[in-house]
Amino acid sequence: MYSFEPSEEQKMLIDAVNRFATNDMRPAAHDAEESGQYQSRLIDKGWELGVLQASIPEAYGGFGDRSVVTGVLAAESMAWGDLAGSMAIMAPGLFTMPILLAGTEEQKKTYIPAVIEAAWQPYTAALLEPKFDFDANDVATTAEASGDEYLLNGEKTYVPFASEAKSMIVYAKMDGKTRGFILPSGTPGVTIPAERQKLMGLNALPFYSVKLEGVRIPKANILPGEFGPVLDASRVTLASMAVGVAKAAFEYSRDYAKDRDVFGMKVAQKQAIAFMLAEMAIEIEAMRALTWEAAWMLDTGKPDATKQAYLAQTGAADMVMMVTDRAVQILGGHGYIREHPVELFMRNGRGFATFTGLAMV
Amino acid sequence: MIEFEVPEKITGVMNVIETVAVNMMRPVARYFDEHEHEIPWDYINFMHTAAKAMGGGGTSMAAGDKNREGPRLAYQRLAFMVEGLSWGDPGLYLCMPGGMLGSAAVAAAGTDEQKERFLKRFKGDTPVFDAMCMTESQAGSDTSAIRATAVLDKTTNEWILNGEKIFVTAGHKAMLDSQGFIVVWATIDPSAGRAGMRSFVVEAGTPGAQVTKMEHKLGIRASDTASIVLQDCRVPFINILGSPTVETTTKGFKGAMATFDATRPIVAAQAIGLARATLGLLKEMLAEKGVTIRYGLPRQKLTSIEKDVIDMEIQLRSAWLLVIKAVWMMDNGKPNSLESSMSKVRAGDVVNKITQKAVEIMGPLGYSREYLLEKWFRDAKISDIYEGTGQINRLVVARLILEYRSKDLS
Repeated sequence: MYSFEPSEEQKMLIDAVNRFATNDMRPAAHDAEESGQYQSRLIDKGWELGVLQASIPEAYGGFGDRSVVTGVLAAESMAWGDLAGSMAIMAPGLFTMPILLAGTEEQKKTYIPAVIEAAWQPYTAALLEPKFDFDANDVATTAEASGDEYLLNGEKTYVPFASEAKSMIVYAKMDGKTRGFILPSGTPGVTIPAERQKLMGLNALPFYSVKLEGVRIPKANILPGEFGPVLDASRVTLASMAVGVAKAAFEYSRDYAKDRDVFGMKVAQKQAIAFMLAEMAIEIEAMRALTWEAAWMLDTGKPDATKQAYLAQTGAADMVMMVTDRAVQILGGHGYIREHPVELFMRNGRGFATFTGLAMV
Repeated sequence: MIEFEVPEKITGVMNVIETVAVNMMRPVARYFDEHEHEIPWDYINFMHTAAKAMGGGGTSMAAGDKNREGPRLAYQRLAFMVEGLSWGDPGLYLCMPGGMLGSAAVAAAGTDEQKERFLKRFKGDTPVFDAMCMTESQAGSDTSAIRATAVLDKTTNEWILNGEKIFVTAGHKAMLDSQGFIVVWATIDPSAGRAGMRSFVVEAGTPGAQVTKMEHKLGIRASDTASIVLQDCRVPFINILGSPTVETTTKGFKGAMATFDATRPIVAAQAIGLARATLGLLKEMLAEKGVTIRYGLPRQKLTSIEKDVIDMEIQLRSAWLLVIKAVWMMDNGKPNSLESSMSKVRAGDVVNKITQKAVEIMGPLGYSREYLLEKWFRDAKISDIYEGTGQINRLVVARLILEYRSKDLS
């Protein structure tokens, strides 16, 4: 059967996230972006909502079985509040989700409860690399067996919280495939510069580059499972967050257009603007449906789920660029001023084609 | 619970539809494109027999049987069937006998007596058609500009209809090739504007109703598009759909407009079926030349053709989901004007983009009448025009998201 109606439990979670996004995240977003600092108070509060914990089975300290649909619903609502804040709050998931999806039973029992049962702690993952044609399925970082250890070499970029992270997942190529490796902090051969990376958006998140030179990690630290499901999780999560950002931009520009006087009427009463808004709403709705279907396909193990997750991320990345660009355009000169949030939505929007691996539920 | 499983009852029907599309539609699609105004009787008779065998109803637009027990699937099933038949051929799909837009109007605004009297004819031994007569030469999307009149002759208790209707889909088949009917929009009070607008059922054979012209079109040529002149055409009083008196409000008109909530997603489904056919053929032709699509790669690593095809898949799938959402809401009694118009805008856009791009990508093969791509490109354009142009539906969406009325945004 078809249904577009979330369950009662999902609705409760979405409501809680929406309240937090409206009351806490949105008011803090501007200052966090400008100061380059996300308030740890908000990270803690956001963590307590339990979005990540909800998708970890009880055996590993979570609240229940993983539901990608529930995850994307929550991620959309949170990203509507603020993208950088959402990524900060959910950063530990970059560590736990790959272990849940590709780790051994022992790894799950060893690593996941320590993260999930405690207050928010800095955990992260390193996937992206500093090259224009980066491909998650064909990374340049290498791993090779060397005695009882793996030897890792390469360079990673956009690693949130890398300098303070207690542990991270590093993705490297071994036997032609991308694999995840658990890399505890302080491992020799790992260089993390003191200076943060500077990006077009997401300034509230501390990003670092990570260099791996002859890094040796125990053989027990490889995640033996396939990388595919991890990538799928990231794709649908990012798609849903793109929907959240787009929705925020759409609503802000719609409300502005209804309020702004021009030639004796509201600017929203001009078809040139009204039609832009109509198309934005349609695009958001379309990509939201595609994302939900992809999430449902992952939950139910449909054979085309991986392809659908890819289509969802690709389509949502285009959609959010279109919507946020138009939001700025509808505000005109005011849209270009940082006092309004739409230029930040637009900078964040452009990143979704690049952000692979920066969020997953 | 959010779910996307095609209901079993629908998958069963879809297997039949695909067989029909492959065996009865595709082989003759080109012929009827090149022989405009010839009626595809073999296909029509087959479809009629098949629909009867399946318990009647078929692709009836009057799908909303509200008395049925269990989860309601009528509009969802209809959307799937229309999508599947249009995948076969959109022109031939429009030649489907049985209740279409005219029946949808009867179902939406008619009394039980009217439904019985007008709709039972579709269950007979021979195929029967209906049609909707709304557009006039000076009144397209602006239906309030309709000039056709209906005057009540109190001595005989008959409505006298006068006016000329154009762009009547299946008008010829409804009035001359079967014992069908047309639903005519006319005003019972020209000074009352929209409040005076009503629809009337005119049955085949009624004196004063004449098919005067058959259009020659860009596409969907298998489907007849007629002009119908009504000259002192008398119909019984009880053939009016809705209230016979002029009310101070436009409630009656709005009620009639609500028919669009049901029909727009179905017209969108037609666009989706054609878009799926096009993308399928394009991928087949590319595969024959050894071009495969490498899903999963970042854009920077894809070829131009791969980017186009992946983009088409995204557009197609997401547009189809909007259609499903709109009919799912319809089946579940949720107000769906917004979703209905959204699905129509998106599907109309998508089928045009996909068919245009497919012809471009296949170059001289795409432009040639040897393949169906060029035909589908021509067939596609109608989906962004009828049942509300893309612009009218954008206007509907805009008003709903802005909470504006027509006086606020026109």
